[in-house]
Amino acid sequence: MRALTLLAFLLILTLVSLLISLLSGSVAIGWQGLLAVLSGTGDGVATQIIMELRWPRAIAAFTTGALLSVAGALMQVLLRNPLADPYVLGVSGGAATGALLALLLGLGSLGLHSAAFGGALFSMLLVFGLAHGSGNWTTSRLLLTGVVIAAGWGAVIGFLLALSPDQALRGMLFWLMGDLSYASSPAAGLLVLTVGLLLAIAIGRSLNIFTQGEQTAAALGISVVPLRRFLYLLASLLSATAVTLAGSIGFVGLIVPHMLRLAGVRDHRLLLPAAALLGGSLLIIADTLARTLLAPRQLPVGILTALVGVPLFLLLLHHGRNVHGEAR
Amino acid sequence: MPLLETSGLCITIGNTRVCDALDFSIAAGDRCCILGRNGTGKTTLLHTLAGLRPAQAGDIKLHDQSLQQLPRRSIARHIGLLFQDHNDAFPANVIETVLSGRHPWMGPLQWESEQDVAMARAALRAVDLDDMEQRIVTTLSGGERRRLGIACLLTQDPQLQLLDEPTNHLDIHHQISMLELLQQQARQDHKAQLFVMHDINLASRYCNRFLLLFGNGETAQGSASEVLTHPHLERLYQHPLQAVAGPHGTLWLPE
Repeated sequence: MRALTLLAFLLILTLVSLLISLLSGSVAIGWQGLLAVLSGTGDGVATQIIMELRWPRAIAAFTTGALLSVAGALMQVLLRNPLADPYVLGVSGGAATGALLALLLGLGSLGLHSAAFGGALFSMLLVFGLAHGSGNWTTSRLLLTGVVIAAGWGAVIGFLLALSPDQALRGMLFWLMGDLSYASSPAAGLLVLTVGLLLAIAIGRSLNIFTQGEQTAAALGISVVPLRRFLYLLASLLSATAVTLAGSIGFVGLIVPHMLRLAGVRDHRLLLPAAALLGGSLLIIADTLARTLLAPRQLPVGILTALVGVPLFLLLLHHGRNVHGEAR
Repeated sequence: MPLLETSGLCITIGNTRVCDALDFSIAAGDRCCILGRNGTGKTTLLHTLAGLRPAQAGDIKLHDQSLQQLPRRSIARHIGLLFQDHNDAFPANVIETVLSGRHPWMGPLQWESEQDVAMARAALRAVDLDDMEQRIVTTLSGGERRRLGIACLLTQDPQLQLLDEPTNHLDIHHQISMLELLQQQARQDHKAQLFVMHDINLASRYCNRFLLLFGNGETAQGSASEVLTHPHLERLYQHPLQAVAGPHGTLWLPE
């Protein structure tokens, strides 16, 4: 019952943020205008702005936020570390290197997306292969390999930035901080999100037990090694898809699962869909602010996710501490 | 007919030989205790018998089937393990933790049923934690967490219970009540139990068989009168011991 209430609340939050994002922008389109567009009787310009600009962008924002939040929750379970985020194992570094190379070579949007996804996939396989090399694939080995590879990518990114001509730097910086203006076709991302989320919810009970430790999980009948591999691949693919859509947007994947955990959501069968909805709406709101706050200037959405997320998270953390105090 | 049976089992960890060619079996109703000094591999043996780590040589059979060939899920329906320590990285509450014991019995997409919840509540009552359902596990005391672990094992309901120092962190009252509870499980529900314990006196009061690990691969097994003898125990612990007559049989006191 509590679960349904939470999901219903988050669904409403998602719809409200979607509406806000459709209504906001440099061209004023009011309620009537939006209703007219949605019912197919709007004028040409408004229809074009809503259906070709704001709607795909809002859906892309939702998809990215949801992907990052689900990936973050999965990474935290995989590494049994509450500080893990979707990028901790170097997926975003690989994607960024690919993307910056594409920007440096002046490739188009398709080239950029392919390069980013290729880079993410390459990094993911590299970490998997290296951590797996000795046969004994432990969590700390995986974490260390990932962190070191991520640091390596950091150096490559710095090198590429130093090499780049000044006029390319702005685009690169935007990409590095997360930018949804390239995310024109979120359909593939939405598909990955749906399939990934359903798979993750299906193993939700195993995830709950996995958080008690791998030995306990094994003693309770979970085949730990296949589950660990599956989690790694799924979380990495979700992060890679998100990074490809919108660059490396920080913070969402780390805090959204935690906000839910602090609010007392612990069962992953509920936490994962809730994280998708909350992360999605958080990113819609952040992106709407990013493109309207200093309009016509656009801000990298990563700045806004942190600006919205930090106070929200601290508030919850403070409240959560009180709850814990009472529980003692 | 034995529940679990080993033949020629060899286990080594680093330079320690836990057992060389150990033939051991445990059947319904058996309450067996593994005794040995620190670092002789008691926990390792327990984990090997649960199928959590491979043995160097030999065979482990569960109901006459090789343990290695059984899927983890079906092993978990027959063998449950109370670990020495609990590792709670994420906050879960008490009832959720107990319910995790039902995992091996549930289908992949199945939700916990009323019956599962009833079982979990009964287990919490049995370990004296029934008023703590909603408590976060990390706020429990060491002894409460230990009893929660035992409750989890009761919900898992395996026929073979492997118990790694079950009385850790427990006060005297709860040491006795938990051991009584386990003894009742063995007698009424025909569970087989394999303990690791350091308290010889508690072990000899509640167990009817003993397996001694000497730390060099040698082992000794048998009933109390066969293996809980002066020469065996002084060799085992490398400490002088004194036998005194007590209310439940011989008490062993360190000098």
